[in-house]
Amino acid sequence: MRERYVAAVDQGTGSSRCLVFDRAGRIVSFSQREHRHIHPHPGWVEQDPAEIWSNVEAVTGRALRDANLEPSDLVALGIANQRETTIVWDRHTGQPVHQAITWQDTRTDRLVRELAGAGEVDVRKITGLGFATYFSGPKLRWLLDSVPGLQQRAQDGDLMFGTMDSWLIWRLTGRHLTDVTNASRTLLMNLETLDWDPEMLELIGIPRTLLPEIRPSAEVYGEARGQLAGVPVAAAIGDQQAALFGQACFMPGEAKCTYGTGGFMLLNTGERRVLSESGLLTTVCARVGEEPPSYALEGSIAVTGSLVQWFRDNLELIGSAPEIETLARTVEDNGGCYFVPAFSGLFAPHWRSDARGVITGLTGYITKGHLARAVLEATAWQTREVVEAMTADSGVSLSSLRVDGGMTANNLLMQFLADVLDVPVVRPIVAETVSLGAAYAAGLAVGFWSGREELRSNWHIAAQWLPNMDSAARDRGYRKWRKAVRRAVDWLDEEDLPQDS
Amino acid sequence: MPGNIQSIERAAAILRLLSGRNRRLGVVDLAGELNLPKGTVHGLLRTLQHVGFVEQDKDSGKYQLGAALLHMGSSYLDGNELRTRALNWSDSLAARTHEAVRIGTLHDSRVLVVHHVFRPDDSFQTLDVGSLLPAHATAMGKVLLADHPYAADELIGQGLEAFTDWTITAPDRLREELTLARERGWAWEVGELLAGQASMAAPIIDRTGRTVGAMGIVGKAERLLTTRKPRAELLSYVREAARAVSHELGAIPW
Repeated sequence: MRERYVAAVDQGTGSSRCLVFDRAGRIVSFSQREHRHIHPHPGWVEQDPAEIWSNVEAVTGRALRDANLEPSDLVALGIANQRETTIVWDRHTGQPVHQAITWQDTRTDRLVRELAGAGEVDVRKITGLGFATYFSGPKLRWLLDSVPGLQQRAQDGDLMFGTMDSWLIWRLTGRHLTDVTNASRTLLMNLETLDWDPEMLELIGIPRTLLPEIRPSAEVYGEARGQLAGVPVAAAIGDQQAALFGQACFMPGEAKCTYGTGGFMLLNTGERRVLSESGLLTTVCARVGEEPPSYALEGSIAVTGSLVQWFRDNLELIGSAPEIETLARTVEDNGGCYFVPAFSGLFAPHWRSDARGVITGLTGYITKGHLARAVLEATAWQTREVVEAMTADSGVSLSSLRVDGGMTANNLLMQFLADVLDVPVVRPIVAETVSLGAAYAAGLAVGFWSGREELRSNWHIAAQWLPNMDSAARDRGYRKWRKAVRRAVDWLDEEDLPQDS
Repeated sequence: MPGNIQSIERAAAILRLLSGRNRRLGVVDLAGELNLPKGTVHGLLRTLQHVGFVEQDKDSGKYQLGAALLHMGSSYLDGNELRTRALNWSDSLAARTHEAVRIGTLHDSRVLVVHHVFRPDDSFQTLDVGSLLPAHATAMGKVLLADHPYAADELIGQGLEAFTDWTITAPDRLREELTLARERGWAWEVGELLAGQASMAAPIIDRTGRTVGAMGIVGKAERLLTTRKPRAELLSYVREAARAVSHELGAIPW
């Protein structure tokens, strides 16, 4: 019998990738291409949707060619994507009306403050989120307010809004839709009805005509056109929810943390929507076909891997990201230096948009090696804050942490993470869980896999780091970290806020 | 104290510049940095090229550190970089073969384990990253020594330690084994480090054709071998994975 495969497109913050998996969940082919980040003003981060689409086409083509595959060898294509990044395009010409506004962009700071002060609506109960620059709804409103003529074109029904999943699905199949996980990041979807919420649309000022239809994360949306002609596009799922799926965290109580540009910990809470008291988000885990949806608690950390990139590109102390481990190992410890990377404020559990980055504890003794340590340790300490919030909200304490993402290649960081959490840190055999999750969802939708049990049997431990730090050192380090965080918050003044025109 | 020899000082300064962040420099760049006439720098470069300490890139005409120098020094490719580049392919190899995967680089005539993927059976295993293995008693070591004759000479000079009755301790036998490894593009061992255990490995090659690492699997001899030979299927997975990583490294602009 001819071997068949599932392809996954991981349209991430830093790059677009295509991975092809076989039935055992093993990587058969891989291709990646980075795209530009556009910084028109401090705090503004844009990407070019046309460049991203052409990269997606290029990497899918390349991944198939490298493995000598034809589109007909694929049973399905699944999409995992950077979440919240907002695109509006013309439904007739297909042209974006503006660059994509990414999730890291803080231009909506003033708008978000106004919305938060506006009213009676229980945003947390309806959407599971709080008002923050992170989410799509206010970004869309900013576009409507700021791009000349957009309001009218929206009223006339000439425009389409979408997150990255919608943009790609529309390009691939011509259908305008999004999945529940992506929709749950807009501040516009009602977590209970899984439909656009009239009260939120009214509050943020969004005409419903712009919005895509909300569909399950795994179902056949349509057949691809173009170079993938005939391949069923069968899943779309936000990248962090995809990673949870790829880690086979299907049961309530199972959690993972993914380290890419940012860090994202998700805890599956099953069919129960847990509203956080500790600065976490409530979000949709996934919805497979007509099954009831499952929910998750999420702790989002804005800056983890991107701090290493910043260290490489802006300070030029290393030539490549992995070299940070080499540099960090030139010293024994952080020398008392702490780095709080609040570049666009602090996300979970603090949600302080007025915070900005600080490096504290500097003395004449500090070398670039200590700075490299502080950069890596920042990821671990931020994870500890999120883990504590998860424990407070769910009442379940962690017995081990499943990790994935590019930063898991950093042994020094993974060991330090185990040390400061005081639990084993476990990496599964496929570190590419985002792509794997998208492939799993697509494969389930077309019946390539029999069910979740088959997927679970693909999960194996590839590496494990055991805690090895005395508790006094751990407590001292965490105390210092929290002092450093106090020095990062309350930095921005009213006059620093971007002026909305 | 007699005065220092000026031309050696200048040659050392050139090598230092070439080992810096810009790994490739032209005569003009070097002359500018050293504040020396172009002709003098050119003469120094010619001698350094003759002894293999620098090489000239055919396309750009620029100079870079030569293979002889790299073989003398410590590992050339950052081990952390290698691990990051190899992550997907090493996971895939472990999943395909159901065996533990390791990646090693040469470090003072021994094999430094820079990456380790557990055997995917969820049994308790501990990470070997950072440990040093004897090069003559492991498949990874044989692959690395095969392309680094300086390191092989040094190791033989130190004497080949026996770990089991099957460890290769005779210099001539090791040299034969290395020649074979070079010709085949892979190496193996059975019981040479640990009784009952076998390993097989293939080279990871960078864009200039140098062996910068070795990638292989290790496990119980009865699973890896058939009639005292590596199982063909496992061997082909190992070679395929090492080739994929080499391909990946080819894309790195040095």
